[in-house]
Amino acid sequence: MKALRKLLDNIKPHVEKGGKFHYLYSGFDAVETLFFVPNTVAKKGAHIRDAIDLKRTMFIVVIALIPALLFGMWNIGHQHFLSIGETETFMGTFLFGLLKMLPLIIVSYGVGLGLEILFAQNRGHEVNEGFFVSGMLIPLIVPIDTPLWMVGIAVAFAVIIGKEVFGGTGMNIWNPALLARAFLFFAYPSDMSGDKVWVEGMSHLDKVADGFSGATPLAVMAAEAGDKVSTFANGIGNWSVIDLVIGSYPGSIGETSVIAIGIGALILLFTGIASWKVMFSVFAGGLGMGLLFNVVAPESNIFMQMPAYYHLLIGGFAFGAVFMATDPVSAAQTSKGKYIYGFLIGVIAVLIRVVNPAYPEGMMLSILLLNTFAPLIDFYVIQGNIKKRLKRVKVTA
Amino acid sequence: MENLINIFVKSIFIDNMVFAYFLGMCSFLAVSKTVKTSTGLGLAVIFVLGITVPVDYLLNEYILKPGALAWLSPKYAEVDLSFLSFIIFIAIIASMVQLVEMIVEKFAPSLYASLGIFLPLIAVNCAILGGSLFMQERDYQSVAEATSFALGSGIGWFLAIVGIAAIREKIKYSNVPAPLRGLGITFIVTGLMAIAFMSFMGIKL
Repeated sequence: MKALRKLLDNIKPHVEKGGKFHYLYSGFDAVETLFFVPNTVAKKGAHIRDAIDLKRTMFIVVIALIPALLFGMWNIGHQHFLSIGETETFMGTFLFGLLKMLPLIIVSYGVGLGLEILFAQNRGHEVNEGFFVSGMLIPLIVPIDTPLWMVGIAVAFAVIIGKEVFGGTGMNIWNPALLARAFLFFAYPSDMSGDKVWVEGMSHLDKVADGFSGATPLAVMAAEAGDKVSTFANGIGNWSVIDLVIGSYPGSIGETSVIAIGIGALILLFTGIASWKVMFSVFAGGLGMGLLFNVVAPESNIFMQMPAYYHLLIGGFAFGAVFMATDPVSAAQTSKGKYIYGFLIGVIAVLIRVVNPAYPEGMMLSILLLNTFAPLIDFYVIQGNIKKRLKRVKVTA
Repeated sequence: MENLINIFVKSIFIDNMVFAYFLGMCSFLAVSKTVKTSTGLGLAVIFVLGITVPVDYLLNEYILKPGALAWLSPKYAEVDLSFLSFIIFIAIIASMVQLVEMIVEKFAPSLYASLGIFLPLIAVNCAILGGSLFMQERDYQSVAEATSFALGSGIGWFLAIVGIAAIREKIKYSNVPAPLRGLGITFIVTGLMAIAFMSFMGIKL
């Protein structure tokens, strides 16, 4: 550590203002603050003295994502070998997924951080750490077969249009990772939906084992919506409830396993980085809407009859609730607002899933929609508080 | 009744005036700096739409449509006055806007001042004329349907403008690149809001 400090101190004069390589300062700063607590202090405004800063906050989120990432890697291999009807050892399965996953992560970080540094240099601010999280989230929410250039374009869109035009980390209105996903979804729908994209190799290999379908549980549900025969005692399609909890079914890379996401959620809640109010109310909203559908469901609509808690297990609901909805920048800021915001996300996600035949998965669009209205929710909550306090003043006076 | 609710919900979310048709953009972009003024303008739009569309519906049904004059006497059954619909719709809208303007000036002078020229300009707001023309094109069956469509569209527009106003109040504190400040970033925000609103597209009611 000391040698590193020395090295950095040696480089510093060259990159500081007036130095030979001053245009590299923001890159240097990013490396330095990564290893050492910066000695700069807040000079104005109200602030709290705390050991944690933006960079450390972001890294805890990345750590919380690791269980979902590891499980996703295994699941890539698992689904692939299932689809070609071969069996493989645990390590082999995992390694296969690792090798498929790495290029996605590298492209996402490469493009995103490259653009971040470019903007930081040009606009003269520090490299923002926000992208460490977005850059990890984006590979986790795309289908494994997404071409790398699409991932690159989507990341560029998210970083530039979603974040940098608003002034960088902490000022965006929409969650950049979700914007990237929405961009892919609307720009290249054929690569983002269907039954083949969720399993590595299925779209370009002819070899598919008998009886294997790459459809996600949500797609199965949407297809069966008019069917009468389905029962839910044993889960959905070929998957039992246990499978749905563990997450060994096709889907976007990181979204399938409720257990892995749950570990991440515990880390986030324990460190206090994610708001439990948002997380709790998203699940409450989804469950509530699911129950409501159960009550009003007509005989013919299987999707509405699906037990409400299934909604929380399948698709991106849990992942979105834990990692996307709780994004402290794009979520509602007031504490009452957080309940409203979270609850509506859950309600609308289930609503879109069940009612909108165009999109089997509603979590992404539901969070984006509530990101849109989060400032408005905050505005009304604050106005309400102001009114209440004015009244209190009047009563005492 | 169910039909009315369907039309109402559909016109708020699925066929949102701003995000599905990009109508009424001029005042949407210009008056959305604060939530308070945009609430005022949004309410004015709801009011004007809610009155003009049913009135235009009646006019269309009993005067303008091909064969609409048959109730006068059978010899007018062939008459088609639909070429007059633009001018008559605009006349109705203009007079309603005049009414709103007088009401706002009398009861909310501060709102009147902050809305400025955009209050009389509701008369040429394409969302309002669009409402009447959509009503004509979609061939609603009764005044009730036309009214629920009008109120729904108005509320959809209201939701859009207060939504963007809240966002603009928030990004006032953001470090937006200088060339994009003001209208530029507002256009980008509008586009991103429209992406979020695409969640409702494709819902069949």
